[in-house]
Amino acid sequence: MHTLYNFVSGPLAWIAFLVFIGGCFYKLYNLITLTQQKESFIFSIMSVKYGLRSIGHWLTPFATVNMKNNPVMTVVTFVFHLSLFITPIFLLAHVILWDESFNISWWSLPEQIADILTVVVIAGCCYFLYRRLTDPTVKYLTSISDFILLGIVAAPFLTGFLAYHQLFDYQLMMILHVLSGEIMLVAIPFTRLSHMIYSPFTRAYIGSEFGGVRHAKDW
Amino acid sequence: MSEPEKAITDDNLERCLAGLTKERIKKAIDQVLTKESGARLKAYVETCVHCGLCADACHVYLSKDKNPIYSPAGKVKRTIWEMIRKNGNVSPEFIKEASIIASTECNACKRCVMYCPFGIDVAYLMLTVRRICHLCGMTPMYIQDTAHSHAVTMNQMWVKDDEWVDTLQWQEEEAQAEMSNLRIPLDKEGSEIMYSVIGPEPKFQAYLIYNMAYIFNAVKADWTMPSTPGWDNSDMAMYTGDNEIMGRVKREHFETAERLKVKRIVMGECGHAFRSVYDMGNRWLGWKMPPIPIVHAIDYYYELLKTGKLKIKEKFKKKVTLHDPCNVIRGGGLAEKSRYVANALCENFVEMTPNREHNFCCNAGGGVINCGPPFKTKRVLSNRIKAEQMKATGAEVLISPCHNCHSGLEDINHHYKCGLEIKFFSEIIYEIMEKPGE
Repeated sequence: MHTLYNFVSGPLAWIAFLVFIGGCFYKLYNLITLTQQKESFIFSIMSVKYGLRSIGHWLTPFATVNMKNNPVMTVVTFVFHLSLFITPIFLLAHVILWDESFNISWWSLPEQIADILTVVVIAGCCYFLYRRLTDPTVKYLTSISDFILLGIVAAPFLTGFLAYHQLFDYQLMMILHVLSGEIMLVAIPFTRLSHMIYSPFTRAYIGSEFGGVRHAKDW
Repeated sequence: MSEPEKAITDDNLERCLAGLTKERIKKAIDQVLTKESGARLKAYVETCVHCGLCADACHVYLSKDKNPIYSPAGKVKRTIWEMIRKNGNVSPEFIKEASIIASTECNACKRCVMYCPFGIDVAYLMLTVRRICHLCGMTPMYIQDTAHSHAVTMNQMWVKDDEWVDTLQWQEEEAQAEMSNLRIPLDKEGSEIMYSVIGPEPKFQAYLIYNMAYIFNAVKADWTMPSTPGWDNSDMAMYTGDNEIMGRVKREHFETAERLKVKRIVMGECGHAFRSVYDMGNRWLGWKMPPIPIVHAIDYYYELLKTGKLKIKEKFKKKVTLHDPCNVIRGGGLAEKSRYVANALCENFVEMTPNREHNFCCNAGGGVINCGPPFKTKRVLSNRIKAEQMKATGAEVLISPCHNCHSGLEDINHHYKCGLEIKFFSEIIYEIMEKPGE
C-alpha cells in the first residue's frame, strides 16, 4: 500500500503534470498553427479590446442576458468553477506538499473554508448531474462521456473530503485521491474539459468578431 | 402548443437520395472537415460541454414547445457531431435529414452565439453542414434553383440583361409622371454612389426601385445603377454552401462598382445581401472588409435625415414597431441608427421585446424562405414566438428593413392573424417626405 502511494504521488504525479502542461501547450500550439494554415483571417479580426470586453462580460456574474435568464445555473456555475480552482491550489495540505518537495510556498486557505469549498464542488457536480437527468433539453444533448467527465471532476474532491475526514480506509482514500486528481489533470487537455484552455480563445474571437466587425454586443 | 406539421417532400432531395453513394458522402465530409475547415470547427466541437444554455435563444426551439431536437446544440448533435463521430460514414438518408435541419430549421441568425458561454458559433456549424450537403448535391430544390440562377445570370431571379435595363427605364418613366426631371442614371462613371438591389426587386417589387429613385433624385444624390450583371447584391449561393458561386457573384458586384469608379455602394433594404458583401463574400475573395465601402439603406437614410438632406413633410401617424434583422443589427451594428430613422419618420414608435441584438429572428432569412413552398408551413409553424412578440406591441405597422424578414413576417402575420401592416422604411419615407414641386 505504501509503495503504491509513493508511486502515485511520485513518478505518476510527475507524468500527470507533464502530460497536463505539455498537453495544454500542444493543444494551443495545434489551434494556433491550424488557424495560420486554414483561417488566417482570424488573426486580422482578433482585437485585444473587444476580446477582453467579451471575456470581461462573461466573467462577471449576471452581466449577460443569458445569465440573468438562468439565475440558478449562473450562481452554481460561478461558485463551482471558483471553488474548483481555488481549493486545490490553496489547500493547506497541497501547499505543504509543494513546500516539502520544491521549497516553494504560498498562502493557504483555512481548513474549514477549504472543507466547505470541497463540498461546494461536489454539490455543483450533483446539480449538473441532476440537470443532465431532469432537463429534457440537456438530457437530449448528454452522452455517456458527459457523466464520465462529471465523475472525473467530482472524484478528487470526494476522495479528498473522505480522506481529510478519515472516513473509510485513509491510506486507500489518499491513493484514490491522488490518482483521481492525476486523471483529471491528464483529462483536461484531451477531453471536453479542454474548454478550460479553449474558452478564452473562442470567447475572444467571437467578442472580436461581434465588436470589431459586426459592431454589436455578444452578451 | 405548436400545431402539428405534415410530411414534406422536396423533389431535389428525393432525386439526390436515389443516386447518392456512401463514397461520395465520405469524400464530401472529409473534404470539408479536414481540408476546408480549421481551428474554429475544432475548437467549437471540442469546447461544447453540452450544457444546453443556447436553447432559449432559438425561435424554432421556443416555437416548437422547447422540443430538445430544435435547440441549437440539438441541431449540431443531429448533424455535425454524428458526421465526426462516424468519421464521415453516414447514410444518404442521414445527409438528407442533415440538409433539412441545416437549411430549414436554422436561419444562421447567430442569436444563440450570444447565449453560449463560450461564444460557439452554431450558425457557422450549420453553414458547414450545408456546405457538406452541397458537395453531396443534397440541397432543397427551390434554393438550389436560385443558386443556379446566380451561376448563370449573376442575379437571383433569372432576370435577363435586357429585362433589367427595361425595368429600370420603365420605373424611370413611371416616376417622371411625378417628377419630370427624374433620372435613373445608368453606368454613370465616377458617381459617388452605386445603388445595388436584390433580384426580387426588378422581378416583382419594382415599386421599391421607384421609391429609391425618387428619394435619390429628391436629395440630389450623385448616383448610378449598373446596366450590366453585377447589379444584384443578393447571394443565395452563400446559403447553399456553394462558396465558389458566392465568390463569383461577389466579385462581379465589386468589380462593377470598381468599373464605375464609384466611391461607395449603397444597397437596398436587404439583410442577407449585406452579410454577403460585408461579412462572407468579401472574405471568400480575400478581403477582410469590403474593397469598396458598403452602406446599408438604413445607414443611408440615417445620413440623409441627420444631415437634413431628406425633409419630412409630416411624420407618419400610425403606431409603428420595428423588426431588427439579424444581418444588419447583429451583423452590422445598425440598431441605434435604425431607431433614429424610425423616430425621425414616425410619431408613435414602440419597441418590440426583446429588441436590438436580442430580437427574435423572422425564420425566413438564412435561405430558409428560399427553400420554397414545400417548407412554408413548417417555417410559419416554427415561429409562433415571433407572432406573439409582434402582437404584444399593439402596433398597426411593422417596419422590416430586410427583404427576407419582410416576406417571412408577412406569412407569420397572416397565419397568426397579427393584423399588422408590414412596410419597408423606403415606403414610409416616400409617403411622408417633402416632394419637390408639390
